[in-house]
Amino acid sequence: MHRRAFLSLQQDAVASPRAGQGDVGTLFNPDVAGRPRAPTVEGDNDVVVRNTELRLRCSCGCTLDIFTCRTTDFTCTYSPALHREILALFAEGKTSEGVIAAFVDKYGEKILMAPKPEGFNIAGYVVPGVAILTVGGIVAWIIRRRVRMSAERAGDLTGERAAAAATGTDDELDRLKRELAEMEK
Amino acid sequence: MTLLGNFALWAALLFGIWGAVLAFSGRWQGRPEVALSVTRSVYAVFAACAVASIALWKGIIAHDFNIEYVWAYTSRNLPSGYLFSAFWAGQKGSLLFWAVVLSLFAALAQAMTPRRYAPLMPYVAGVTSAVTVFFVAVMLFSGANPFDRLPFTPADGRGLNPQLQNPGMMIHPPMLYLGYISITIPFAFAIAALLSKRLDTGWIHAMRRWMLVSWLFLGVGITLGMWWAYVELGWGGYWAWDPVENASLLPWLTMTAFLHSVMIQEKRGMLKRWNLSLVVGTFLLSIFGTFITRSGVIASVHSFTQSNVGYYFLAFLVVIAVASYTLLYTRWPMLEADVELESMVSREAAFLFNNLLFVGIAFSVLWGTLFPILSEAVRGTKITVGPPFFNKVNVPLGLLLLALTGIGPLIAWRKASVQNLQRQFAFPVGSGLLVTAVLVALGVRDLAPLMTWGLAGFVGGTIAQEFWRGTRARIRMYGESVPMALGRLVGRNRRRYGGYIVHLAMLVYFVAFAGMAFKVQREATLKPGESVEVKSPFGHTYTFTHVGISQFKQLNRYVSAATVEVALDGKPDGRIVSEKRQHFTINELGTEEASFEPSTEVGIRSGLREDVYIVFAGAVDGTEEAVYRFNINPLVWWVWAGGFILLFGGLITMWPGGGTPVASRRHAEAGYGVELATARAGVP
Repeated sequence: MHRRAFLSLQQDAVASPRAGQGDVGTLFNPDVAGRPRAPTVEGDNDVVVRNTELRLRCSCGCTLDIFTCRTTDFTCTYSPALHREILALFAEGKTSEGVIAAFVDKYGEKILMAPKPEGFNIAGYVVPGVAILTVGGIVAWIIRRRVRMSAERAGDLTGERAAAAATGTDDELDRLKRELAEMEK
Repeated sequence: MTLLGNFALWAALLFGIWGAVLAFSGRWQGRPEVALSVTRSVYAVFAACAVASIALWKGIIAHDFNIEYVWAYTSRNLPSGYLFSAFWAGQKGSLLFWAVVLSLFAALAQAMTPRRYAPLMPYVAGVTSAVTVFFVAVMLFSGANPFDRLPFTPADGRGLNPQLQNPGMMIHPPMLYLGYISITIPFAFAIAALLSKRLDTGWIHAMRRWMLVSWLFLGVGITLGMWWAYVELGWGGYWAWDPVENASLLPWLTMTAFLHSVMIQEKRGMLKRWNLSLVVGTFLLSIFGTFITRSGVIASVHSFTQSNVGYYFLAFLVVIAVASYTLLYTRWPMLEADVELESMVSREAAFLFNNLLFVGIAFSVLWGTLFPILSEAVRGTKITVGPPFFNKVNVPLGLLLLALTGIGPLIAWRKASVQNLQRQFAFPVGSGLLVTAVLVALGVRDLAPLMTWGLAGFVGGTIAQEFWRGTRARIRMYGESVPMALGRLVGRNRRRYGGYIVHLAMLVYFVAFAGMAFKVQREATLKPGESVEVKSPFGHTYTFTHVGISQFKQLNRYVSAATVEVALDGKPDGRIVSEKRQHFTINELGTEEASFEPSTEVGIRSGLREDVYIVFAGAVDGTEEAVYRFNINPLVWWVWAGGFILLFGGLITMWPGGGTPVASRRHAEAGYGVELATARAGVP
């Protein structure tokens, strides 16, 4: 029997009303069910809020952004507070950039998950690319130079090698052709 | 046990010093009995480290909480499997694990290396002994001795961090350690080649399989780490550009570069200096990763407790870097290339640019990891360099690398003609364009995923073409059936076709990574019987209905299990359970005491298309009203599939047989040596 069909049969077999349906019961031991949670509010699912939080670092020392921290393991007490602060700033009418600017004013530049591309920080963004392009350019230049030199040397040796090759038999040349075809694969 | 353990560590230290001093003094040359003493010291170091490890394991299994390490990382109610993995869960134990595995690898290298490389082996023994001595010395002299005792004996231990109580943690750290540690063997061969001035390809043939072992362990370890982060940490992703994650990626990138460039040295006798630099650099990066993890100098969620151990590693890193590159510099004139590159449009040149890109990506990751320190030093301001930075800098480089994965195999060795390029590129480019067109027609508009999947189509085309042409050639030549021709093609060219399978793994990884751009997340608070709908990126609608929360005691924890009924497009699709766990230990009075913060067990239903990922965030006011996070994560299954394909391809590549390197070298030399002459003779 297909797994889904089996599961749906199991589901049908559950007594009606289904477990937990109806009034909200209390937990046997709330102390072992993690930190008590407040119900979700509309802003928790707002994409703009989430994208803003992804750009701001939680100050609990976890190195994660606020959104990831507050939705990971749900044990941090800092990130929910920062989330509420962000919601309050949005409620004041601030834009995403405005919220981020307010956070930088309050907590300093380290609150950003990535440094602003200005001043010394520009080096952070451009150095890898510049280094790769520079080294790549130098490598390309060296290769071109060596290719040219190699071609010139090969030209000087043409007569000598041609003479050497001319001494090969047809069988040998056939075998060489096969070798070359193999190498070119 | 602690007495035995300490004695064994001291024995390892002395045997190691003996071997290293004797090896580097060179007094063994011309004296076989002294050379034998050097290599035998390696076995003695391994025996001593093994005794120390058994002593620690004995203490862990016997719950000897008088040993500080056993008290700090285990408890009486810790499930027995995790008693085993507690060995490497903490700083001190992991140092001993490192030492014992390194000494084992060193012993295996001595035992398994063919006799024709005998002149290298005392130097190899010297390097491996010196590195082992360093690790043992760190344990003995930096306050990181796993056999330190407490002044009293507690009734129970503190227990193992709940996040480490996951099957993934039993294999992920050892895999990474095995990867990091085994890098020492190729490094030892490189140093041996430099010291002995035997700089032909012999040292490469002797160590190539070790490099593959190391690369494979590290690759699999990184993938397992992603899997552990995904299933255990509960944030819904698998890679966060954390400094410790980055540190594991760095040597893997440089090793991958080496595995490509070494082919050029074997086939053409080029890039000798570069290859030696890469091996040394890879070893240094593995020590750098250890420094990052153990020093606390860079904030990371993975770090061990901050301690002075890291600074020992920093000093070691500097000493090794200076010594190795000085040695390389003194041998520089002996490392001239045998031949010159003949064309910019050749496989050699493609490999060169691929190396540049691998090392460039490694540099950009290293740069981003260290930039906060640099910024603080220059500006006095602390900054954070997180995923937005790394994605911005590395995604374009990653795409370029993916493109080269497809381009490299299509270009001929030595010099490619226009006709050759047209013939080789037609199908892969066509398949890449077709995939892109189909995706655009399906409504995909995000540039990065579109480019990734389009390039994946191109790379897939390249791989398929390579397999098809090889198979077809065998069918024509030998009249074999398709499966037999394919099997023999791979079996007799393991390195080449194993490599293509690894390329396939990379393709699968990239496709899966791009999928996460379409991840859907929704938080909801539900009373029993209440539902929430979440739209999948593939257009389906999931309905999640909260059933209730049940609580029970299990092993060393209390579990609060929240159950959700899932319906896909209105049809029942089973249940998913997510848990909150509160671990406990037994205190002096014999009563249960909560240990660690509550942890979350994610409920995951993994599928080829997408994962349903449910996190039970907690209960509202001690009732059954539950707060959930629902994630629909596209294509995650393919990340793990990529890991398996990587493992498969890697094993094929390193499997013994299938043509010896010496034979292939001669074959290559014969081919290249005569091509020019053939052309001159007018053979078309």
